[in-house]
Amino acid sequence: MSAPPAESAVDLVERKVVRLGPVRPVSRPVSWEKRLLGWHSFLVYLFLYVPIVILILYSFNRSKQTAAWEGLTLDWYVRLFHNDLILKAVKNSLIVAVTTTFAATIIGTLAALALARSSFRGKGATQAALYLPIIIPEIVGGAALVTFFGVTQMRLSLVTVIIAHIAFCISYVAIVVRARLAGFDRSLEEAASDLGAGPWDTFRRVTLPIILPGIVAGALLVFTISIDDYVITSFVAGVGATTLPIQIYSMLKVGVTPEVNAVSTLLLLVTVILIVVSQRLQQEPTPKGGLKK
Amino acid sequence: MPEVRKRRNFAAYLQALPTWVVLGVFFLLPLVIMLVISFGQRGTYGGLKPIEDVWAYISSGDFLANYKRSVEPLYLSIYWRSLWMAVLTTVLCLIVSYPIAYYIAVVAPARFKNLLLGLVVIPFWTSFLIRTYAWMLILRTEGLLNTVLLATGIIHQPLDLLYNDSAVMIGLVYGELPFMILPLYASLEKLDLSLLEAALDLGANKVATFFRITVPLTMPGIVAGIILVFIPSIGQFVISDLLGGAKSILVGNLIQNQFAVARNKPFGSAIAFELTAVVLVLLLGYAWYTKRKGQEVLL
Repeated sequence: MSAPPAESAVDLVERKVVRLGPVRPVSRPVSWEKRLLGWHSFLVYLFLYVPIVILILYSFNRSKQTAAWEGLTLDWYVRLFHNDLILKAVKNSLIVAVTTTFAATIIGTLAALALARSSFRGKGATQAALYLPIIIPEIVGGAALVTFFGVTQMRLSLVTVIIAHIAFCISYVAIVVRARLAGFDRSLEEAASDLGAGPWDTFRRVTLPIILPGIVAGALLVFTISIDDYVITSFVAGVGATTLPIQIYSMLKVGVTPEVNAVSTLLLLVTVILIVVSQRLQQEPTPKGGLKK
Repeated sequence: MPEVRKRRNFAAYLQALPTWVVLGVFFLLPLVIMLVISFGQRGTYGGLKPIEDVWAYISSGDFLANYKRSVEPLYLSIYWRSLWMAVLTTVLCLIVSYPIAYYIAVVAPARFKNLLLGLVVIPFWTSFLIRTYAWMLILRTEGLLNTVLLATGIIHQPLDLLYNDSAVMIGLVYGELPFMILPLYASLEKLDLSLLEAALDLGANKVATFFRITVPLTMPGIVAGIILVFIPSIGQFVISDLLGGAKSILVGNLIQNQFAVARNKPFGSAIAFELTAVVLVLLLGYAWYTKRKGQEVLL
């Protein structure tokens, strides 16, 4: 019978028989720095979401004036449906958002196709022109447009609001669709055209199905931007062209009312749903080979 | 195949045409018109005063009247305050955002990453009017914070939390935070963690590793975040209008006021152009920076 093998130094260290100062285990437990980062992040998320949660809770609070909780009610929501000003504003906002979404999505998608395709003269300028409306302060854009409408003697109305929204939303569609096209396997298009498909058929049956998630994501984004926009709209909306954010703003300036909480909650709900769907679509992987059935 | 190439170019022009028409007529042209109008004078009824002799007008120097007025001490103090608030917002956002962006990108378990990121993206896109309003509910005299503080006996008189610069500051940081977190995340996510291990193995302590490896490598995200936060903060007027007091006038409020209330478009245009000039200088600096670094644009 042989003697059991002598324990190696490493074994001894691991069994903590021999201590060689602080041992750094291979898979370290969560360090205090990481824990601190976790707590910090938790607090930031609280900071981001507590105000929104409070707003939503208040929209169900029976109390009209104070912040104290006086019981659950749906009264403020019911009242919204009898408030003609709000209903009119919702209708205006929907008209603007739907029209803007259609126009901006088509124009923006075309721009994305141009940018993704070829290196044509003026590509850089087109890209720069598309970035400007996003990065220039909205107030400058709004002020410039109202000046332009003044000079060209266009009466401020829903039409001017729609024009403004389209001008400022094309960029978002172009960027989202362009991102989708970046991961697009171009050989699919070549294969289609080699097999005798014309440019239109290639687009309709190959390109379009692949970039469709990007287009829908861009469209949803435009819808939320348009329905939420206050700054630019406040410059170019004339009398009678009150959109929902303009209506909410004027109610806020008068004073806090529970109806504002209710209408804001509904607007938040709609936009959050649209954003989540839009994000999901943007993350969907581009098919690399063969099309989905 | 130059033939095919030509055809493709033609298709690209055709596809880009509607964008150029819309942006040309309803974005670029208005900016040019605003620039021209900023050299004019306000008419009696809020319109433009007609100029009889253009050359006399230009040679007399009157065309610069709005710009001369815009640098009077009254307005300079507004610019100074706006600049200060925007810088403070940017710095606070950076300090608050870097750790959370680092957490999401590096520390958080992979299965939670998308959720954590999504929770930042949602406020990024939702109405900042409503998000600002939520702070009115918290800070006003009969608001949540005062109610809680009074009920718990910490204070006996409601505090004036709303309608001052601190409230504007909270609103700005709250509104702009996602604009800082997202670009920081984008560059932290690309960070090669083995470089950090290498630095630690070579004897650098954690602080040195952070400032000499992590920060320089994520500089593109930091710069993009600074740009994305600073530009909207210096031009905004809604947050200071809703949460600020009568003295909280910023350059955005000044411009908005000239267009909506004072009906002095030429003067408003002149200030709007000064603001645009500042923004464009920043953007050109940013473009130069990314080009020099050979990095992709994160904006």
